[in-house]
Formats: sequence, structure tokens, C-alpha cells
Amino acid sequence: MIEDRPLIYKYLRHDKKFPHVWCGGCGIGILLGSLIRAIDHIGYTKDEIVLVSGIGCSGRLPVYVDFNTLHTTHGRALTFATGVKLAKPELKVIVVMGDGDATAIGGNHFIHAARRNIDLTAIIVNNSIYGMTGGQYSPTTPYGLRATTATYGSVEHSFNISQLAVCAGAVFVARGTVYHTRQLDQLIEKALLKKGFSVVEVISQCQTHFGRLNKLGNQVEMMKWQRDSAVPVEKAKSLSPEEMAGKFEIGVLVDREAPTYHEEYARIRQKAKEAMAPLLAEKEDKEETDRREVSDRH
Amino acid sequence: MDKMKKPDSRAKLMQGNEACAEGAIGAGCRFFAGYPITPASEIAEQLSVRLPQVDGTFIQMEDEIASMGAIIGASLAGTKSMTATSGPGFSLMQENLGYACVAEVPCVVVDVMRGGPSTGLPTNPSQGDVMQARWGTHGDHPIIALSASSVLECFTMTVKAFNFAERYRTPVILLLDEVVAHMREKVILPGPKEVEVIDRVKPSVPPEWYLPYEDTSYGVPPMGIFGEGYRYHVTGLIHDIRGFPTLRQDEIEPFLARLFRKISTHFEDIQLVERYQIEDADLVIIAYGCVARSAHRAMVEARAQGLKVGLLKLTTLWPFPRRSIEPLIKAGKTLLVPEMNMGQVSREVRRVNEGMTPVLTVNKIDGTIISPKEILAKIKEER
Repeated sequence: MIEDRPLIYKYLRHDKKFPHVWCGGCGIGILLGSLIRAIDHIGYTKDEIVLVSGIGCSGRLPVYVDFNTLHTTHGRALTFATGVKLAKPELKVIVVMGDGDATAIGGNHFIHAARRNIDLTAIIVNNSIYGMTGGQYSPTTPYGLRATTATYGSVEHSFNISQLAVCAGAVFVARGTVYHTRQLDQLIEKALLKKGFSVVEVISQCQTHFGRLNKLGNQVEMMKWQRDSAVPVEKAKSLSPEEMAGKFEIGVLVDREAPTYHEEYARIRQKAKEAMAPLLAEKEDKEETDRREVSDRH
Repeated sequence: MDKMKKPDSRAKLMQGNEACAEGAIGAGCRFFAGYPITPASEIAEQLSVRLPQVDGTFIQMEDEIASMGAIIGASLAGTKSMTATSGPGFSLMQENLGYACVAEVPCVVVDVMRGGPSTGLPTNPSQGDVMQARWGTHGDHPIIALSASSVLECFTMTVKAFNFAERYRTPVILLLDEVVAHMREKVILPGPKEVEVIDRVKPSVPPEWYLPYEDTSYGVPPMGIFGEGYRYHVTGLIHDIRGFPTLRQDEIEPFLARLFRKISTHFEDIQLVERYQIEDADLVIIAYGCVARSAHRAMVEARAQGLKVGLLKLTTLWPFPRRSIEPLIKAGKTLLVPEMNMGQVSREVRRVNEGMTPVLTVNKIDGTIISPKEILAKIKEER
């Protein structure tokens, strides 16, 4: 952690915004560390980064870092980010969301931003529960587990966020955990460097609600679960579905090429101008004729 | 030769929605995000053609919530932006509209009013969204809402809406109705150099001195643009002058007070009305949107019959132009408010009036326009 100290002074709004709101042992701080290290390693300037979030525990992340930061409404971070990116494509847009934020209230925006291939990076902190509002079940709460609105166990089946992103057309999809920090640094860096809509799903812990309500132990126990349940993508290929039961893949799930929305739209602009050129010439001719007729009259 | 004068080549037969789109281009709008909805779709269609021609961006979003979010994002990145919708979509935009109020992000929302509530009467006119424009989003907030009653006004008021949005760093709502939006009229649109365009004030201090929500003599802080070196925090939470969330009473109150003050100290600039033959009138019609046209005709016919009738046309609906109505009340004039709803503006007029003079109404919610005849009948009923 010693080597992180210069980064703290360089990137955090350390003199303004601390202490932070997160519970001790929360995974969001670990993710923030990974994100900052990835940004620093690539060498983006602080001015070119726009960090966008929605509402929830993850929504509070941008306030602590010295970028252009945008804390939007619940579920709508990707819509604001779409506007920012299309208006100023030279900006590097990063969106941080929670599981409820991205796939419940913001599910529609998530699949459509992926489908359009908007050139930005979406990082989704998946802690399987709504933390800030006090532990209600989310679209990623596993079947049968408990939440304050699922006292007898959830009867809903959970979303696989990464698979959803793959199906919706994201060009880069990776899953990591806050336990596998070094890998997370690399996954985020790859996502940031990828042209197009890139997604990193970050499995995290909420010991305050999810852990407590489901008797999963403290944050350390929950991170041990991450260690024991995560299977590298390559290894998962050789395992049978039975062997993979209760486990999840980590690593790069999809990495493919596709033109971004902005590249496609540049073509549209070109077409529009070509279509307009003869009309403009005609208009000039007409105005010229008008002028002549007027001068003839005098 | 003079009789054979050639028609002005700039004259066009144009629809209100098209004029609105042209007004946006004229005002410098270079980003539009929207979702198809009758009777506003032509604005999107026209801008999907026009924006790429001028290096702007058009995007059809997945819904109106997303459209509102996208235009806020684009504005923060320094591009003038707009969306257009009708009642149901306007309802969906309300949360993010409040965000734009609190984060002070300039943008324009066009609501072409249809009959409501709910899906209502998609192809019929109404003026039922006047109060939604005022109070649609939650919490106390000021808002600017304009209206238009002709195709040319669809152009000029769209430009005005952008200018107010930029000058006061606020969302501005343009309330059109199905009649003015779909009606075709001959118009001569002002050329690019004839349009007054106002741009937001940007910070001039060094970035490290910049306080994004600091009070100014004007009440409107200069606006930093993403990517231009002024890194700051934008949030829908109530924030301090640096933009960071706050729970301190001594910061909450001044912030919200400034939001109101930046509008209320500029009523003179914002509250636009037109007066027709008011001086000697015993009865003044107060009307807006397409109904103002019927009201004008009713006034002319009443005058022809020797009745002293005037017209006050409200172009600005919010902040409500009470200062233009108070002199009428003091002069003891009878007021008549015809509108295509159950009395959303007449209620405001009565609030201003406080029972001092009679306030008559003609209300119509059957999906058809109020005719001059109906207004005239009401005037005669009073005589």
C-alpha cells in the first residue's frame, strides 16, 4: 500500500471529501484503488476523464476523485454518459454502477448502450444487494437467499450481468473480484483501452447487509468465498457444469471488434453533407437569380 | 412592374414542429436525444436530417428518461442540447428535469401537448400540461416555461428557450400544442445573422480558484465544461458552492434560495407577454398557445360589435407573468381566460386577482380547439 501513497495524493480529493461514506470492509474502495492504478498506468490526464455514477453505494465513488465527476440519477448513469461521450468524443468516459443500478432500474439503458456500442467503460460493482437503502434484494441476489425485502428467501432468479452484457453486444466483457486485486487492475486497464462498449463486472461483498442477513460471515469470510468460488476462464472450460455449480468464471469473457456509435455517426454526417451540397448550390443559384431580377427591375 | 413583385424566396410553407427544429439549429443546438411520440415526432425527424449536416448529433434513445439524461450529459460536455416529447414522455422526463434544475444544466425540453391524462388523445390538441411544466418534478424549484401560438413563434420561442437556458443555467420547457405543432403556415424565418444567440458564461478564473456553484451578482455561476480544465463534481444531491454534497443548513438554504433568486430577479427579462388593445378595454382575454389566435379573432369581432375587448397573450407561462396582469386588475377590468384544460392558468389568474375583479373562463377538454365564436359567446353573455 505504501507505493499507492503518491496515487492517493495525485487522484483523491483528499483535502476535501474524506472520510468516505462506505462501511469498513466494503469492496468499493478496493475497486476504486484498482481503477486509479489502471488510469495512472495508462497515463490519462485528469482533465480527459469523466467519471459517471448512478445512485447507491457505488454512486458515491466519483465524489472522492479529482476528475470531471458526474453523479447522476438512479439507473440513468449510462444515459448521461452517452450524452457526454457523443458531445465530446475525445473525453474518456467511465461509468461506475451497482448491480441494482445497472440491471434493475437501469437495465434498459444498459442493454441499449451495449447494443449501440457507445465508446465507454461500464464498471458494475455486484454485491448482490441494495446496500445504501438497507439490504433489499436486487436482480443479482441468488435464489433462496435473504434480504430485508426477502425475509423468507428470494423467489426470483438472478441475472448473470456479464452474460447479459455479452448478449447485448458489448465488445469487451470481463469479470473480476475485489479479492483478485492484481487481476482486477489488469481487467480494468484492458477495458479502458478497448475501443467500444466495455464492461467489467466486479464481484464484491456487502458484509453489512448481504453477509449479515445470510450469515456469510464478515468481510474476510466473504472475500475467502470469492477466492474459493472464482474459476479462471481458461480453467472453467475444462470443468463440467456439475463442477462449476456454485462457482463463477473470472477473467476476460469476450473481446471482439465492432465499429463504435461515434464512428458510424461520422459516416452519417458525411452522407448528410453530401445530400445537402446540391441543395445548397441550387439555393445559391436561386438567390443569384433573385438578385439579378431585382437589379433588372431598378 | 411593382404589381408583379416576385414573392420573397425565403418564404416557406412550414409546420410548427419543423420551425421548432429550425429554431434549435438557429440557436446553436447541436445535440438532440429523443423518443418517437405523437404529436412531437416531426421535431426528431427534422433534426435527424439537419443535425448531421451541421456536425451535430442526433440519437434516438430507448425511452424519454434516457433522452433527458443524454441531453444533460451533452450540455455538461459543452453542447447545446434539446429533446422533444408529448405528455406521456414528459411525465417520464420529470426526474431528470429536476436534476437539470438542481445541477443547473442548460437544456431545452419541448412538450407538444396532447389530450391527457395517460395515453389520452395522441392526435388531438390540449393545454393540459401547464401545471406539469411547473410542478412535474418533485421538490421546490423554479422553472421557465414558454409557449407559442404560430409557426413563426415555434421558431422564435425555441431560440428564446435556448437563450434563457444558457443565460440562467436552467432547463427551459417549451409548451407547444398539437395545433401549432402540426399547423402549416407561410413563414419567413430569420437568417442566421438575424437571430440573437446567447451562450453560457464560462469561468475565467484559474481552475484552482473555480467554485462551480458560487453565488454571483447575477445569481448564475459561470459554467465549467467537462474536458476544459475545470474539474468539478456535478450531482443531484444538494451541494455546497464547490459542488460537493452537503447536509449543512447554512449551505442548503442559501443554495436553494439562489436557485429561486436567479429567476425571480430577472422577471423583467423572462416574462414575455403581448398586449392588444388593452388600454380602453373593459374586458381582457388572457390566452396562450393556439387559443390566443381564437382569442385575437374574438377580440376583433367583439370590437366590430362595439364591445371594448382587449387581449393579453402570455408567451411566458412560468414564472407566471403576474406583473402584467396586476395592472389589469387594478384598473378593474374583467378577465376572461379561455384554455384547453379545466383551468390551469385561470387558477393562477385568480390567485393573482384575489377576488378583486371577475375572472371568467372558457374551458374545453374534448380534444378540439376553442373557437372565436365560443369566446365571443362568453363575452356577450357578460354584457
